[in-house]
Amino acid sequence: MYDVLVIGGGVVGGLILRELTKYRLRVALVEKEDDVSMGQSRANSGIVHAGYDAAVGTLKAKFNLIGNRMMPSLAKDLGVKYVNNGSLVVAFSKEEIETLYELKSRGEQNGVAGLQVIDRTELLKLEPNISEEAVGALLAPTGGIVCPYELTIASIGNAMDNGAELFCGFDVCGIERAQDGFTVQSVSGQEIQAKVLINCAGIGGGKIASLLGDSIIVKGRRGQYILLDRESGDLVKHTLFFTPTKKGKGILVSPTVDGNIILGPTAEEIEDDNVETTSIGLENVTAGAKKMCKNVPLYNTITSFAGTRAYTDKHDFILEESEASPNAIHCLGIESPGLTASPAIAKYVVEELVSKHFELVKNEDFQPIRKPDYFFKNLSLEEKNEMIQKDPSYGKIVCRCEQITEGEIVRAVRENPPARNIDAVKRRTRAGMGRCQGGFCQPYVAELIARELQIPLEQVTKSGGESYLLRGKTK
Amino acid sequence: MKKKYDIVIIGGGPAGLAAAISAYDHGVQDVLILEREENLGGILNQCIHNGFGLTRFKESLTGPEYAWRFIDGVRERKIETLVSTTVLSVSRDKQVTAINERDGVFTIQAKAIVLAMGCRERSKGALNVAGTRPAGLYSAGTAQKYVNMKGYLPGQKVVILGSGDIGLIMARRMTLEGAKVLAVCEIMPFSSGLKRNIAQCLDDFNIPLYLNHTITKIEGKERVTGVVISKVDENKRPIVGTQRYIECDTVLFSVGLIPENELTKSAGVPLSLKTKGAIVYQNRETLIDGIFACGNVLQVHDLVDFVSEEAETAGVGAAEYVLYGNREKDVIDCKNGQNVSYVLPQKIDRNQKGIVKLYFRVTNTFKNCVIKLKSGEKVLTERKKRIAVPGEMESFLLTEELLAAVNGEIELSLEC
Ligand SMILES: Cc1cc2nc3c(=O)[nH]c(=O)nc-3n(C[C@H](O)[C@H](O)[C@H](O)COP(=O)(O)OP(=O)(O)OC[C@H]3O[C@@H](n4cnc5c(N)ncnc54)[C@H](O)[C@@H]3O)c2cc1C
Ligand SMILES: Cc1cc2nc3c(=O)[nH]c(=O)nc-3n(C[C@H](O)[C@H](O)[C@H](O)COP(=O)(O)OP(=O)(O)OC[C@H]3O[C@@H](n4cnc5c(N)ncnc54)[C@H](O)[C@@H]3O)c2cc1C
Repeated sequence: MYDVLVIGGGVVGGLILRELTKYRLRVALVEKEDDVSMGQSRANSGIVHAGYDAAVGTLKAKFNLIGNRMMPSLAKDLGVKYVNNGSLVVAFSKEEIETLYELKSRGEQNGVAGLQVIDRTELLKLEPNISEEAVGALLAPTGGIVCPYELTIASIGNAMDNGAELFCGFDVCGIERAQDGFTVQSVSGQEIQAKVLINCAGIGGGKIASLLGDSIIVKGRRGQYILLDRESGDLVKHTLFFTPTKKGKGILVSPTVDGNIILGPTAEEIEDDNVETTSIGLENVTAGAKKMCKNVPLYNTITSFAGTRAYTDKHDFILEESEASPNAIHCLGIESPGLTASPAIAKYVVEELVSKHFELVKNEDFQPIRKPDYFFKNLSLEEKNEMIQKDPSYGKIVCRCEQITEGEIVRAVRENPPARNIDAVKRRTRAGMGRCQGGFCQPYVAELIARELQIPLEQVTKSGGESYLLRGKTK
Repeated sequence: MKKKYDIVIIGGGPAGLAAAISAYDHGVQDVLILEREENLGGILNQCIHNGFGLTRFKESLTGPEYAWRFIDGVRERKIETLVSTTVLSVSRDKQVTAINERDGVFTIQAKAIVLAMGCRERSKGALNVAGTRPAGLYSAGTAQKYVNMKGYLPGQKVVILGSGDIGLIMARRMTLEGAKVLAVCEIMPFSSGLKRNIAQCLDDFNIPLYLNHTITKIEGKERVTGVVISKVDENKRPIVGTQRYIECDTVLFSVGLIPENELTKSAGVPLSLKTKGAIVYQNRETLIDGIFACGNVLQVHDLVDFVSEEAETAGVGAAEYVLYGNREKDVIDCKNGQNVSYVLPQKIDRNQKGIVKLYFRVTNTFKNCVIKLKSGEKVLTERKKRIAVPGEMESFLLTEELLAAVNGEIELSLEC
């Protein structure tokens, strides 16, 4: 019997799990996929929003601001890349400049520091590739960028290092309520018992709510993206947004923490968690990018992808106890700025909601820092040679585009949370994320996974389930 | 380990091997080849089909057999090689930093460097194909590696996008392994592959080649379950109403090769936007003195025979640089004119003696046309050409007399 069971291994579930390990509690997390960070926390813009967007007085506004402030030190503790690159909301007309002032005043009411409306001359100094048509911008110096899946993986890894347990491939399909807690059942027939449940299942959260006897309708809005090679990384330095209109926010153009450029997302209402890209969607992305910047190097595209935002008609975060099932807590409708807000949400949920069920006793052994030696290529020459001497596999480059070593790949399979497929290794190490998209390294990575997990090569998958890479041996 | 060499060669494929041998035979014996893989031979090791060496050896060899002739040459001369060693960066002043399991990260000072890193395949990601991103999407070369080097079959029902040579060869290879190749789609009105490969790899196996077609959607959640293909118009836009669904479990992408010039860039060597390789003189010296480039890292070749030839030129160039140092140049710029997508070398140094072979590719399929070499308005020479296709590299010989008549720059064009 666990004290607390978190359902859903996204950034919200992950950071709540880590927050729980700060106390003397027996905790676990279940995730339906073969790896964590497979939902919204895998495919989003990765922006640490400053906080001028959300309406005054909402949970979004509150937790955005706190999360924005928590992010730099959290990222440092977890060894996750974060850059405070600043955001710019760009105006293309006089009317839009008016809107910028509205945003500025809303931001100030929300508590955002340093907001400033700048004219074209200054904008051009900050962003030389900005469109000829841009007339000014709102500068938000506290805006930043972070790697969302790294943050999720690192928080769950750190929680596991501090005693939490993880069950992947556990697709919750039934919940039985008993006197002192719940029995949670998976599609494959496993059962886990816990006193308190926290529903962080993103787009699947509506189903979990109904299993608990509540009615919360979670809907999906898809966003498509295009990613450009690092070679084009100097296109922009800040995150560039369009001025919001009645039609929506439009796409953004931003650097990523790994030096690529991300373009997107679109916004399309969809039925389920469908993350297909469409030609119209991708065309809208390129059209938006061309409107924002001059000379967008689209020839340097290395991949395109999509994610689905999970939202409810409340259009604010739902962080509350279940109506029908005492001892269950919902964290739903966590759409943007959910990534930014996630550290603040986690703290709130544990300190204000979980605390109602347990007396929170500090875990004196809690170790907040995750071994941050992830990227070999960022080490100094001496550090590199020291590592190769200890473990020669760090001297073998497997992914040539990103210069990732065999040692890093093996570590990704062995360390918490263990990677068990090609995409899981990719999210942890970046092997296969560069310009050749795994063309060279995939066969090597597959062999290393097979070796470490002691399975035949045919059983290695791209991303779990039936996504096998190979269809048997040659004649 | 030794930290100084006269010539360091990066890449132990056919280009690196031939450059090493020719530099050695030209009088510079202090040569080191650095190769990332465990074995020398480069991409040829996975090309177990035959057809290599027809021009050079007048016989049809498999890729590994062709490579062995050069590996033997390197062994006979006792040229030093360091395998399982990846070069991380190259500097302008010719320091080469590399990494391996035994020596860690180390730096070698060279007098001359030959870049021979080959090329990589353009990935599916670059194409923005709509739909899902399941397992079963491979670049043709990756599939070739699985089949030929690892002994595994990536899939059973295959659609191939792009009719580059590797795709064509994999269409045959997968068929021989029992897979069914349902279609090869090519967005252009012509194939970029060799004519002989279309005949031997598709026609002989009744595999349909759909020109002016592309994949407009990929379906399947975990593994590919099918694709939608569509015909395209002159602007390569899909034509509504021509969509067709093909059920398959695998898609191979053979959509072009890109020279691997990350190291070249790290040394600050200027590149050509057209070839995506370094700008070079006829001896394959780049615009940085003493740094040479040859093989697929310089321009994507169709035939390895020409790779070897080009590498020998670079090897001699590097040896002469070591023996005689930097010599003054008298430069002619070579430009591509009408209907020609690029020429190589981009610069000719008149002080280097001998005939210059000017390589070029055409932009489309042309019949009964004339290749013209001009300097300003003056036509220096011309040659009739019955047929020219983008998939086959052409060449044009420039004699010393001809070059003597040139003033400043020359332009090669194709007129119909
Ligand atoms: C296109 C897009 C762009 C965005 N951009 C930004 C941004 O720039 N900045 C920002 O701050 N926020 C952004 N967001 C919002 C942010 O990504 C989300 O708020 C955040 O990732 C939500 O995390 P989560 O943990 O709640 O959900 P998720 O990451 O979706 O996690 C839910 C998990 O639950 C699992 N699950 C579902 N059902 C079950 C079940 N039955 N049993 C077990 N497990 C289950 C899922 O597999 C999934 O892993 C964006 C979102 C999207 C989609
Ligand atoms: C799949 C395929 C099929 C082909 N079929 C035919 C055919 O049928 N007939 C024909 O005549 N030609 C064919 N070719 C063409 C011919 O094989 C190539 O033109 C030739 O191999 C190119 O030689 P190269 O030495 O330039 O490059 P490669 O053979 O690619 O060699 C480059 C070498 O450099 C190494 N290297 C790269 N970067 C580094 C680094 N940073 N550090 C250390 N080492 C490095 C690589 O590991 C590799 O071994 C084919 C090519 C391919 C790709």
